[in-house]
Amino acid sequence: MKIIVCIKQVPDTTEIKIDPETNRIIREGVSAIINPFDTYALEEAIRLKERYGGETIVLSMGPPQAESALREALSLGMDKAILLSDGAFAGSDTLATSYTLGQAIKKIGFDLIICGKEAMDGSTGQVGPELAETLNIPHIAYVSKIVEIKDRKFKAERMMEDYYEILQTTLPLLVTVTKEINELRLPSLRGTIRAKKEEITRWSASDLEGKKERFGADGSPTRVIKIFHTEVRKSGIILDGNITEIAERLCQELKKQNIL
Amino acid sequence: MNIKILNKKCNGCGLCLKSCLFDAIELINKKAKIKENCNFCGVCVDACPAEAIVLEKKAGRKDLSAYKGVWTFAENRGGKLAKVSFELLGEGKKLATSLGESLSAVLFGYHTTSNCQELLKRGADQVYVVDDPSLKDFRDDPYVKLLSYLVSQYKPAILLAPATYQGRSFSPKVAARLHTGLTADCTGLKIDPQTKLLYQTRPTFGGNLLATIICENYRPQMATVRPKIFEEASIIHPHLSPGASLPSRGRNEEGGVIKVPLPKNLGKSRVNLVKILKNKEENINLADAEIIVSGGRGLGEPKKFSLIFDLAKVLGGVVGASRAAVDSDWIPYAHQVGQTGKTVRPRLYIACGISGAIQHLAGMQTSEVIIAINKDPDAPIFKVANYGIVGDLFEVIPALIKKFS
Repeated sequence: MKIIVCIKQVPDTTEIKIDPETNRIIREGVSAIINPFDTYALEEAIRLKERYGGETIVLSMGPPQAESALREALSLGMDKAILLSDGAFAGSDTLATSYTLGQAIKKIGFDLIICGKEAMDGSTGQVGPELAETLNIPHIAYVSKIVEIKDRKFKAERMMEDYYEILQTTLPLLVTVTKEINELRLPSLRGTIRAKKEEITRWSASDLEGKKERFGADGSPTRVIKIFHTEVRKSGIILDGNITEIAERLCQELKKQNIL
Repeated sequence: MNIKILNKKCNGCGLCLKSCLFDAIELINKKAKIKENCNFCGVCVDACPAEAIVLEKKAGRKDLSAYKGVWTFAENRGGKLAKVSFELLGEGKKLATSLGESLSAVLFGYHTTSNCQELLKRGADQVYVVDDPSLKDFRDDPYVKLLSYLVSQYKPAILLAPATYQGRSFSPKVAARLHTGLTADCTGLKIDPQTKLLYQTRPTFGGNLLATIICENYRPQMATVRPKIFEEASIIHPHLSPGASLPSRGRNEEGGVIKVPLPKNLGKSRVNLVKILKNKEENINLADAEIIVSGGRGLGEPKKFSLIFDLAKVLGGVVGASRAAVDSDWIPYAHQVGQTGKTVRPRLYIACGISGAIQHLAGMQTSEVIIAINKDPDAPIFKVANYGIVGDLFEVIPALIKKFS
């Protein structure tokens, strides 16, 4: 079984600060990490290989420095890493990204593609399903458990608002996973040493088939025209007094606001 | 617009036939041939591995004037309409009014008559409905194919779908299939008076920033819309009798329910539903909850979560949790609120023993009223709380339970 995991290197959004003067994001000093949901995708691929055998490939599209995210994935135990990097990919929205990833994946070949449910920075959750459509394969989003893969039959559990579904399909398939799917392992020393030496394949636009006008900004139907700071929520009041009084006061306030 | 097959390149593989939404391609002597009912959607061009199909578009800017009206997708959850369907309808109405065009709802399901009426009562000018036993439960494949098919047929300018588990799963496939833009999780929508474009605003970078996005050259302009942001459309035609048509408004001549028969093969799914597992023990529907009581590490040990459940119970609320509590296996992941869990927007959020890491705040700071209970007066949760209680939650929570019950 050939498993491809798509990962994205993202700024650690919990460290992001806004310059109050200019209203711009301060990117300096913000560390770049593997999108947290993608780490569960990597873990799942490695577990599936341990369970069923096969080959695991990690794929990312991004600037040259995204190589460090791929090395981290190799240190966890992924077999092979490919980076799609080219100025021609710049400005890609989710559709152009999924198209580009799709061209690379067609070249690699696959049985199963695993993505995180969304990236921490954009949080759209669109690239996974759009990629599945680009490849004309089924997908299951929000997978919380892969129950079984047998004779190319694939059974998984997916999370919905207030229930879970058990779904069955046939490979090839794309799944997006939630953090519930597994528990992460730490990179091993051996893995880290291997990851340093391992060669990372780098593909540019000319290595891919497909229409060049569908890469990057040209291939992106959407365009961001404005980014601005969210209004900060103001802090309220600290309730003093004994507990009975506080409870009474809260009760009144909530009634006044029609919540109770 | 012109479409042609390059016979030299065509190898007769037939992939284009499968990809076609309109059954408009046939194979003759192992060569593909485009039939007259072609809609020039271009899906086959992308599907062809031999690059043997060429779609020649008019030079310059595309003519998008054929696309009119606002469509909102009505989410069918086990036969009932999810509330967010009415929120979309309410917001869709405003957009349709700004454009001077009609508002339509789209509904897939089985035995949908009363749901269609409900959508008309709440202000939809018409409802496009596909009613078929195969659409009883949500499945991605038929939803994707059917919605793409309807859009190609009727050409709405704007298509809004809920940013729910369903909507976020199938909408991206529809956008990819139609080759148009999709903006996720919108919290602000408006028509630009000059360009008539849909300005789509959404939180990004973990909720730290807002971005406004447009889709200029492709149609429909698609967006998923976060639940509980917009007001539900109210009932404006209370006495609509079943089967009645509304007087036509807007540009579409037909009023009322437009029943679309399920086109052949579009009801099929490559993924089959084996069964639905209901969470037996408790309600985990945080996304739709009006009141959420959340517990964190301050509870000290897993069994103390019973206090949180008790408080939620007297308030008629749902239990949430911080990542720390979930990662310690005190409570299942389905309860997790925050960046790697669920984003919630209840009317009341009570954070008990949660310090308020930025990841947690990202998931709950748009709640209407926030109450925080924490023994540390410097806990960041107090920065977003309307009401803060500095104290021991094992004393405060029982007092609140007593008061509220």
